[in-house]
Amino acid sequence: MRSKLTPVILFVAVLLLVAFPFVGEKFYIQLIAKVMIMAIFAMSLDLLVGYTGLVSLGHAAFFGLAGYVLAKAAPQYAAANFWTTLPLALGACAVFALFTGFLVLRTSGIYFIMVTLAFSQMLFFVFHDTPFGGGSDGIYIYAKPEIKIGETALLDLEDFKVLYWFTLGLMTLVYLFLHRVLDSNFGRALIGIKTNEHRLRALGFPTFRYKLASYMLSGTLAGLAGYLAALQFGFVNPEILSWHISGSVLMMVILGGMGSLHGAALGAFVFILLQEMLSNQSWFGPVAKHWQLAMGVFIIAVALLLPHGLVGLGSTLKNRRKRAGGHG
Amino acid sequence: MADPVLRVENLTKLFGGLAAVNDVSLDLHLGQVHAVIGPNGAGKSTLTNLISGELTPTSGSIRYLAHGEGEFDLAGLSSDRISRLGIGRSFQKTNIFLPFTAFENCRLAAQSRQQRAWRIFRGASRYADVNAIAEHSLQSAGLAERGQVNAAMLSHGEQRQLEIAMCLATQPRILLMDEPLAGMGPQESLRIVALIRQLAAEHAILLIEHDMDAVFAVAHCLTVMVNGEVIESGTPQAVRASAHVQQAYLGEAHGDTHD
Repeated sequence: MRSKLTPVILFVAVLLLVAFPFVGEKFYIQLIAKVMIMAIFAMSLDLLVGYTGLVSLGHAAFFGLAGYVLAKAAPQYAAANFWTTLPLALGACAVFALFTGFLVLRTSGIYFIMVTLAFSQMLFFVFHDTPFGGGSDGIYIYAKPEIKIGETALLDLEDFKVLYWFTLGLMTLVYLFLHRVLDSNFGRALIGIKTNEHRLRALGFPTFRYKLASYMLSGTLAGLAGYLAALQFGFVNPEILSWHISGSVLMMVILGGMGSLHGAALGAFVFILLQEMLSNQSWFGPVAKHWQLAMGVFIIAVALLLPHGLVGLGSTLKNRRKRAGGHG
Repeated sequence: MADPVLRVENLTKLFGGLAAVNDVSLDLHLGQVHAVIGPNGAGKSTLTNLISGELTPTSGSIRYLAHGEGEFDLAGLSSDRISRLGIGRSFQKTNIFLPFTAFENCRLAAQSRQQRAWRIFRGASRYADVNAIAEHSLQSAGLAERGQVNAAMLSHGEQRQLEIAMCLATQPRILLMDEPLAGMGPQESLRIVALIRQLAAEHAILLIEHDMDAVFAVAHCLTVMVNGEVIESGTPQAVRASAHVQQAYLGEAHGDTHD
């Protein structure tokens, strides 16, 4: 699935993304920044689903938790400190992953799906139904966190273009980081767990520890995405913890191609841009209200026709041609 | 004789009311092949699974004299722990990582000895020691030329060889081999029999096998199981001569040895 051209294509894609704010309108720059945040989220989930073989339907728990940590830690009318709130948000996600991981990783398959969903729902109601969480109205983050060294501001995140490039930089870093990790001993063992956990244990790997580490890393990176999302929207409410979000990010991963990092990122781009397009009233008029119908059809079509997702398009076509050639 | 490296005593495994393994005792010595034979359903694979930790015994003990680390009772330990203690196994049903190359299968197996999982920025293929072990185990199992082939593309016999190569790559002291010859061609079988004999010099081997020619060619000690119980144990000559065994088991396969 990974051809020699892939790094070239990815490099060009990043260059285009870097250049986009020079030509794009504000609305679209902010939209793409949101897409890139979701791409980080999708890559974090792909580590779990596509590389460790653990399908989670509760990944929004980490996304939302990090957002809420930022909202609670930020002073009400002043800017939060980036250097303290980010580690705090990521740390909270890592700890949450450690505790829930000990329990959810005792299950697998459909039960893993159910238990991860259950934990994220619990967190949803903690923030939804307690005064601590601000209830269903949520909490505003009036000022974006400041990134300072001493008294000098490094980046002004209030500037939507700066925020865009900042997000792009982090997305690229997360990609490169996961790419390295997956090629290491740790990553190879994870892929072994996905392929045949029983055999890997028989070879002497304490697979539970590997899965827990993967779960924590995945949750922490999802937290990074959640932190950025809260930062960009300037607002958190329980919706960011809901199973809709967990479901959407899982669909992004499946759409783009499980077990491919750039596939997950591509899934985020296609999913959100398509959603934006299909729900555009000036294009589709009254039908735009029912965009989910068209989206559903698209996802079913991809699932049926492209078993390896959108990134598998090339290899799927090649295989099909080869098979057709073999018969003819 | 030297102390056994593994001593199984009064091992029993009950599945509900069925005793799949019933009061089995046997010893494994370094430098020896101990073969376990018996008809299908005799409990041979269950015995292997109990020693390797895939199953937990109902009662009995499995005492392992680890190299310089004292004695362990393996009963109840997890399979990964037992593997790391130096007990490797190959599976009766080929159990390999199909999407990986043959080399990567062995590399992963060798990695298990030096997991170094915290070094998350160093490429897994860049450990010369691990690569060397993987290459060597492929070579031992006769797959030196096939390292870069995807495991799924290997022939059935080659997959069986890979199964053994992976086990070797974990550098065990004790080898539990569950029907290593099943499904192999005569050429490959000869190779594996020679390999087992060669490995026996430095390992203790528990061999479960239906191929009687191979068993009698390599075994120093033979245990016969029927319905979960040991009915005879001793040197191959003694077991071959046992009227008990001929009646219960060898009688069908070696019908020509009436006396």
